[in-house]
Amino acid sequence: MSLADSTNLSATPPKRRRRLNNRVLRRLMRNKAAVASMVVIFLLVVVAVFGDLLAPHDPNKVTLSLRLMGPSGDHLLGTDELGRDVLSRLIVATRVDLLASAQAVGIALSVGVPLGIVAGYLGGFTDAVLSRVIDALMTLPPLILAVVVVAILGPGLRNAMFAIAILIVPSFYRIVRASTQGARNELYIESARASGCGTWRILWRHILPAVAPPLLVQASFSASVVIVAEASLSFLGLGARVPQATWGLMLNDASSNLTTSAYLIYPPTVMVAITILAFSLLGDGLRDALGRQTTDGK
Amino acid sequence: MVSSMTRFIGKRLLLAVPTIILVTLLVFVLMELSPTDPAAVLAGDNPTPERLAEIRELHGFDRPFLTRYLEWGWNALQGDFGVSPVTHQSVLADLMYRLPITASLVVLALFFSLVMGVVLGTVAALNKGGVVDWLMNSIANLLMAIPPFVAAVLLVLFLAILSPVFPATGYADLSTGIGPWLQFTTLPALSLAIIPGALLTRQVRGALVDALEEDYVRTARAKGLQRRLIVGKHAAKNAAVPVVTVLGLVITQMFGGAVVVERIFAIPGLGSVSVESVLNGDLITLQGLVLLVAVLVTVVNLCVDASYGYFNPRLRTR
Repeated sequence: MSLADSTNLSATPPKRRRRLNNRVLRRLMRNKAAVASMVVIFLLVVVAVFGDLLAPHDPNKVTLSLRLMGPSGDHLLGTDELGRDVLSRLIVATRVDLLASAQAVGIALSVGVPLGIVAGYLGGFTDAVLSRVIDALMTLPPLILAVVVVAILGPGLRNAMFAIAILIVPSFYRIVRASTQGARNELYIESARASGCGTWRILWRHILPAVAPPLLVQASFSASVVIVAEASLSFLGLGARVPQATWGLMLNDASSNLTTSAYLIYPPTVMVAITILAFSLLGDGLRDALGRQTTDGK
Repeated sequence: MVSSMTRFIGKRLLLAVPTIILVTLLVFVLMELSPTDPAAVLAGDNPTPERLAEIRELHGFDRPFLTRYLEWGWNALQGDFGVSPVTHQSVLADLMYRLPITASLVVLALFFSLVMGVVLGTVAALNKGGVVDWLMNSIANLLMAIPPFVAAVLLVLFLAILSPVFPATGYADLSTGIGPWLQFTTLPALSLAIIPGALLTRQVRGALVDALEEDYVRTARAKGLQRRLIVGKHAAKNAAVPVVTVLGLVITQMFGGAVVVERIFAIPGLGSVSVESVLNGDLITLQGLVLLVAVLVTVVNLCVDASYGYFNPRLRTR
């Protein structure tokens, strides 16, 4: 038997893996809440991509004569304190919010996953140092940590996203580290090592696939955390800045006109709640579909 | 037993010290890398280079990083958190004035969330698999999707503006009496309690369902014990363990949520001070806040762990 054959044997045969994926997908499809969440997320993405075409008005056009008009035929959700169309702003904000969340989750993944794999695979001193730093980050309540990071970097949407990425790095790190530790001593890793696989190849080809399922679950949960954090920071005036439209800023505008124009509060509230709900129910569905091994994911 | 408990707590305390030191060091390093010049913040508009240098020397910004960190840490250990360059007040005195405000808010929120979690969770567990169970689960899921600041704005709208039961903003200290204090803190505490309450609902339901399937519950039932006693006494005690473990997380979350909620209700607590110091560029107050909150969270988690050890003696030897 040649070396190449034995490495192939050591990995999960491709056919079996595909069958496994099919089973997971079937289980996910049977979960009504998860399917509904996926539909909602798909719709949100469509709105984010084609927002400019869907918006009935220019979202930034200020018409002071039309300020704080309730919902009407021309402005389905009314206008805000500067006479801007609420529906159009809501649509455009979807893009800003989804992009910003994808950014934060992406940054957190690209930092948390490598660190977690390295810590879990190498163990020892590296693991001890990294885990201590992560523990330290987790000592602060998420929002306070975000506020401190924004204080240091300066306000603005991009900095807020960096701050939020730092918040969710620990959860990715912990999950990846735990699953790497679990996979490290599996027979197939040992045989890959015995057949002369390099460390990087083992990490990339064998460890990463084992880590992926719980990571997917956590990424879904994290997306909802990010939406909340972004909206909170924008609401406080530490995230997105004024001409930009985000749900957090719209909520802030609405809260300052609460006594006169309560209708402003509902559209962003519904969007925030639906998005959070979709990502967390999808996370639940993924976790159930992937089976018990990922229950330590949350 | 006392000695094993003391050892358990002592060990946890020792483990916590390096973590707290690391948090403050991390924040210090981050501030060092920050593009904002602290001297420029203090100098106001259009400072001359001489003025900037003067400020740097006065506040010691020109000295090496490690010297400043060690000096800050040494002073903090002795209870001197420095003086805020913005308000010219002692940082520690300011934080200590605000701490009880936020703490009392969190305690009330914890009470609300526990009531909600225990009531909804028990109702769901006793109707496991039924319509009521499904309903409770859906309510919990829905409430999980309402962040504290959204809850706060909605509560103000419904309970302060549309039907003026509570004042919309403001704060009355506990020293003015429990009535006025409750008037001002009920809405903020409710906003903070919603997500933790939903989390606790799930947790209580899960723990109670598991406990009700245990052998000792079947034995109790076989003995002919009343249902109320079985649930209230036998199952509830054991179901408490997994619920207590999430309390640490819940309290930490509440301190975080207080940042936005205090801002909305104009409550002068730790949350408000964090936002104010960010907007003012007051990094010295933020450093003090980080240290205080890190210690606070550690102590809360320690208490939770210790109570966990109380419920489950097997953990103490670890």
